[in-house]
Formats: sequence, structure tokens, C-alpha cells
Amino acid sequence: MIRLRKLARAASVLTTPLAPEDILSLFNPVFSARQLRGVVTRVVPETADSATIFFRPGRGWQAHLAGQWARIGVELDGVRHWRSYSLSAPAGMDPAITVTDMGAVSGTLVRSTKPGDVLFLARPQGDFVLPEHPRPLLMLTAGSGITPVMSMIRTLVPHRPDSDVVLIHTARTPADAIFREELAELADQFPNFRVIHWFTGERGRLDFSSTAALEQLCPDWRQRAAYACGPEGFLDDAEALWAAETATAGPSSDSTLTIERFSTKLAGGEGHDGGLVTFEASDREVEADGDTPLLDVGEDAGVLMPSGCRMGICHSCLTPLRAGQVRDLRTDEVHGEPGQLIQTCVSAAAGPVNLDI
Amino acid sequence: MTIVSDKPDVSDDGAASDKAGTGSAKAPAAVKTRPGALAETGSPTVRPPAAAHLSDEQVAELGRELDAIKDDILAKRGASDAAYIRRMIKIQRGLEISGRATLLVSKNKAAWVAGTTLLSFAKILENMELGHNILHGQWDWMRDPDIHSTTWEWDFVTPARSWQHTHNDLHHRWTNVVGKDNDVGYNLLRMDAQQEWKPFNLGNPLYNAILAPVFEWGIAIYDLELNDYKEGKKSKEALTKDLKALGRKALTQFTKDYAATPAVAMLTGSGKQALYGTLTANAVRNVWAHAVIFCGHFPEGTDTFTEEMVEGETRGDWYVRQMIGSANISGSKFMHLMTGNLSHQIEHHLFPDIPSNRYAEVAPKVQEICKRYGLPYTTGPIWKQVGSTWAKVFKLALPPKKA
Repeated sequence: MIRLRKLARAASVLTTPLAPEDILSLFNPVFSARQLRGVVTRVVPETADSATIFFRPGRGWQAHLAGQWARIGVELDGVRHWRSYSLSAPAGMDPAITVTDMGAVSGTLVRSTKPGDVLFLARPQGDFVLPEHPRPLLMLTAGSGITPVMSMIRTLVPHRPDSDVVLIHTARTPADAIFREELAELADQFPNFRVIHWFTGERGRLDFSSTAALEQLCPDWRQRAAYACGPEGFLDDAEALWAAETATAGPSSDSTLTIERFSTKLAGGEGHDGGLVTFEASDREVEADGDTPLLDVGEDAGVLMPSGCRMGICHSCLTPLRAGQVRDLRTDEVHGEPGQLIQTCVSAAAGPVNLDI
Repeated sequence: MTIVSDKPDVSDDGAASDKAGTGSAKAPAAVKTRPGALAETGSPTVRPPAAAHLSDEQVAELGRELDAIKDDILAKRGASDAAYIRRMIKIQRGLEISGRATLLVSKNKAAWVAGTTLLSFAKILENMELGHNILHGQWDWMRDPDIHSTTWEWDFVTPARSWQHTHNDLHHRWTNVVGKDNDVGYNLLRMDAQQEWKPFNLGNPLYNAILAPVFEWGIAIYDLELNDYKEGKKSKEALTKDLKALGRKALTQFTKDYAATPAVAMLTGSGKQALYGTLTANAVRNVWAHAVIFCGHFPEGTDTFTEEMVEGETRGDWYVRQMIGSANISGSKFMHLMTGNLSHQIEHHLFPDIPSNRYAEVAPKVQEICKRYGLPYTTGPIWKQVGSTWAKVFKLALPPKKA
């Protein structure tokens, strides 16, 4: 590796201002360490609106732990969009994401991805991972929340005879339940794994307002380390139930709950509302209206904003957006994704905005 | 620690609207506001002669029409544009490596000609269609960090960041305003009758002839803004920083073309020939870039402006100035590509950050608008435009005739 790097540095004398990898990527798109990419190797439909996408990552990828997620960059009509997806493949195997069609990006991934396509990748991350020491586990999942848990089950169940896992998965109908067949096979094959499907279309929502339902489905739930992943409401209910349990049983209770929440976006304002603008590195916060360019807002607050033409043509004012959304004052389009560079001279706050400056 | 600055007045009688010079109440919410230092309504102290026949309302309407053309392109731009720039990048890199590789065996005469030609095309394409346009932010919308105005570096001596400041910001903002846009003559040539004649200007044609083959070095020195430094408008720290950046960039560029490539070619005994090859390729690119860029604002028919004409300038007036201050080059698709679509200089100056492959589509609409509003739309074949700029270079070498 080190020799390779030295060689690359020597070769760059001939390729500057490009790097040798820019030339090599003419032949193989994955050959760029600056932009991590993966080539799709297989696409497996799971349900009517979900699919698992297997990919071979390029150099620089880091093997994932069961339960982790990665940011995946996809191009939609020429524009790069980044979304976070849980990796459903077992730890140590080639990575795969299981995506449910819920919007433009996931929809494109589910419907249009084919082997040979190139995805942009960021390294796996996340703390929603298996405990270090063996413990009996209870997994609570709803809908596509099964994905990180599936990675855990696939990692643990077939390889650890001493594991003890109960999965309670809720989905609307049997046809909507991702991995249903594979889970049934695993449960057949490994007595240490039990799977309970709860179909809300037939039985209504799984009731977490009391412990009754849980007592019935998994009587020893208090002895298990619990993991939950699913929609916001599902997790709130589970959290409330475990909090109440800890309060009655006292601190001696060893029932723990680990949850995976896909961090909620900053609530977008109604276009012209403006919002609180936070300049992260400068430690400033200012209330801005929805018609004042962020450049003016920053300058008025004493932030050293890069600027140029102040009319949206020279791109000297590009500033990374950390969170929130902005409104393009020229087109009225509301847009913004974490990490996107925005033209502050023609963008106003659409709700709360965090800028990396 | 978070400092919450308590400024209740920020949003109300906004500083923004004052800056825009309107001072009036905010536009109704339904009206799209276009920010920036330009006024929405009114007129400059003096409207340029070529546009003097237009009323304030006509200029505002012209502005709205051009805005609509831009919005139309922004709505259309997508996967096919992304594919276009990626294809260009691939073609350019293909030309670059094949040209350089061929020069490694350039002891053979045919190989020398082929290698030098390929490398010349590679450099022209890199500077014009890729570098210039990517550094304008024309492709920022793709959000690809490899094709982005903040990350791109080009095969040209001046560092991308320095050039972006003098070009994107100063030149495009103040196009052809004598005293504000230093591109009018690059502090070297007398390119406008408004510029005071000095005996030094007698050398105009000579300076221009010397500048052409070393154009990239001319631009690099120009980007240092030495005049601003002399006049105290640029700090010593800023100049030192720019000098260091230029030094680093020049060293890598110099090493690549004049040391590393000939050194590798020495393995086949082609060292000297390879050096001549890279020297020629750089010179060819310089002469071509110089010609194309001079055709942008100097041919007969393009106007220059006084500072009075931009005092109180509205968005519509800004558009007018871009159109009557720029000139196009007519020609084949290949010629347009080789100029990096700067042959559509008028369209480029109206919309500096729309993808270059869209200028051809915009051009007839812009020409129609010019016709309807009675504004000149200067265009012509390259030989004619180049001849016209040279005529100006010669003419302005001499002092103005006393009336």
C-alpha cells in the first residue's frame, strides 16, 4: 500500500493538477479514493416496494458492524442526493442495503437500480450494534426498521449456538413484511431464534401503552436486552414503556432498550417564514426572515462570510449547509441537504438553518 | 457557547431593501424578489447610448424576459447535461494521456506532430470547456465534488481560486466598465478610447503579440492584482498568500510539462523533442485562448461604459450592459466547443452559471430579444472578430485625434 502511494505521488508529477486516480478512473470508476464508490452487483426484490441492493465497494471502504448504516449517494436527473440506509448484510460480508420506496431517492433505488450501476458511498457508522457480551436479546421492529436488525440476526443466529434472540416484527400485511421467508427458515433451523410477526392490518397497532401485549408475546422480556427500530411513534411508545418499567422496578432493573432513530430533519418553515440561522463555527444565532439572503444575515451578525457578486452568478459565497433548508430567492425553490454548498447571496432561510461557518 | 445576537430590526425595515436602493416597502409575497446590489426599479444616472432609446419599464420587461429564459434552462437541466460534462471530461483526459504518451516517443516526427496536436487539443478543451466553465459554477448543481467550482483546479498557471476572484466576481460583475473592469486591456493594453493615452501605448501591438503565446503567464500576473497592492487596496498578506499559491502552482505546472515529461521521454531518446512538444502545445493553447478571449469584448460593435452608467443600475440595465458589451463568434459546433462555448459570449455574460452546453439553445432567443428592443447583437466569424480586435489594438496605440 505504502509503495503504491509513493508510486502515485511520483506519477502525479505527470498528471497534475489531476491525480493519477483521475486518469485510472477512466478505466474503472471505483478507482477513486477521493470519492468512495461501489458497483452494484445484485438487486433482489424483497416486497412490492422494497429491494436489497448488493454492492462491491471500492478502496477505502471499511467493513461494517451488524446494525450500522451508511450514507449512499445516488444521482437523480444529474443531481447527487445523499441518504442514509441501514446495511442489511451480516457483518463481514459484502455490504448490501435494503431500501423501501418512500420518496424520490429511495424510489429510484428500488425501481431503477441494476447491476453495474455506481453508487457513491460514505463509510459505515452508527452505535446501534450488538452488545459486546452475549445476552438474551429482544428485537422490536416495525416496517423497514427490520433492516439493521436483520444484519444483527444474520450475523448472530447462524454462527452463535449460545445466542438467544426473540424478534417481534410488525408490518401491515404478510406481503409487506420484508425478509419474512428467510426469517421463518432461520427460526425453523435454529431453536435459539424465535420470530413473531404482528400484522397491523389484521390485529391493529401493537399496543405499548401497557406491558400486557409484551408479556403475552415474550414473557421474559425484562431479562432481555431490547433493541428497537422503526417509525417515530413506534419508538416513542417503546421508550415510554421502558422508562415506566425502569421507574417501577428501580435502578436495579437490567432491562435495557437501545433504539435506532433516523434523526429527524429540522422542521421546514412555510417558505417565507424564515427561521433561526445558526453559524456553527462562528457561534452565532440570528432570527432571519424568509426574504433576506443568508449572506446579509451573516454579515449583519458579524460573521466573516465569503462573498462576491451578491447576485448569484459568481459562486464565491458558497457555504456548506449543516442542517435545515433554504429557499432560492430566484426560483422560490426550497432545497437543502446536509453538506450541500449553497449560494448564500441568493438563499434565504426556510425554517431553521445551520451553516458550517 | 452560543451568542444569540439580539437584533429585532434585522427582519423588519430590512437592511436588504435599503441596500437594493429601492427604499420602498417590501414587494408583495407573490412577486419573486431578485436579491443583490442591483435595484429592481429606476434607471442608472446615464443609460448607455446604445440603450438610450429604452424606457425604464422596457428595460425592466427585458430583464423579466431574460429571467424567464434562465428559469426555463434551470428547469430543464438534468441527467443529459450531467452526461455531457462527464463525456467531455473523459474525452479531455483521453486526449491528455494519449498526447503525452505519444510525446514520449517523439523522436519520430509523426509521433511528435500527433502528440503535440493531441496535447494542444487536450489543453484547449481543459481550459475552455472544462476549467473556465466548471470554475464558473456551471456544474455545481450536480453536487459532484469532483466537478465543482470549489474543488476544480485547471491546467493553467494561475491558481483557480485567484482567477475566480478577478474573473467571476470583478470582470463579470463590472463587465466593460472602464476603471472597474480591469479586463479592459488587462492593465497592459489600451483597449478603449476612454483610457488615457500615454507614450507607453505606442507599443500596444507589440505587447499584444508578445502576450498571446504566453497568455497564461499574463493572466497569472494579472490575477495578482499588483495595481491594487500599489494603491493600497490589497494587503501585503493577501499578496504574499497569492504569490505563494502561484509559486506552488507554477512549479507543478512547469515540472510536469518541462521537466517530468521530457525526463521520461529521455528513456527513448526523445527528451528534447518532448520538451519542444509541450512548449508548442502550451503556446498553441495560449494563442488560441488569447484570440477567443479577446473576441469576447473587444471587437467592433461592443460598447464600454462609464461609472455613471452603472450608478443606480437595475437588473434589466445590468443585462443590457452584458449584451451590448460582449460579442459572439459564429461557426461550427466544433468551433463552439473549442472556445468552451465562449463563442456564445453574450449568453455567457447574461447567464454565467448555466451549463455551457445550453448556450447554443439560448442564443436565438437572446438574439430575438435584442432585435425586438433595438439593441446590437454583435457576432461574426472568428477571422473577422480577431481582425477587428487587432485593428483596435493598432488604432488605440496612437493618441486620440484632436477635434
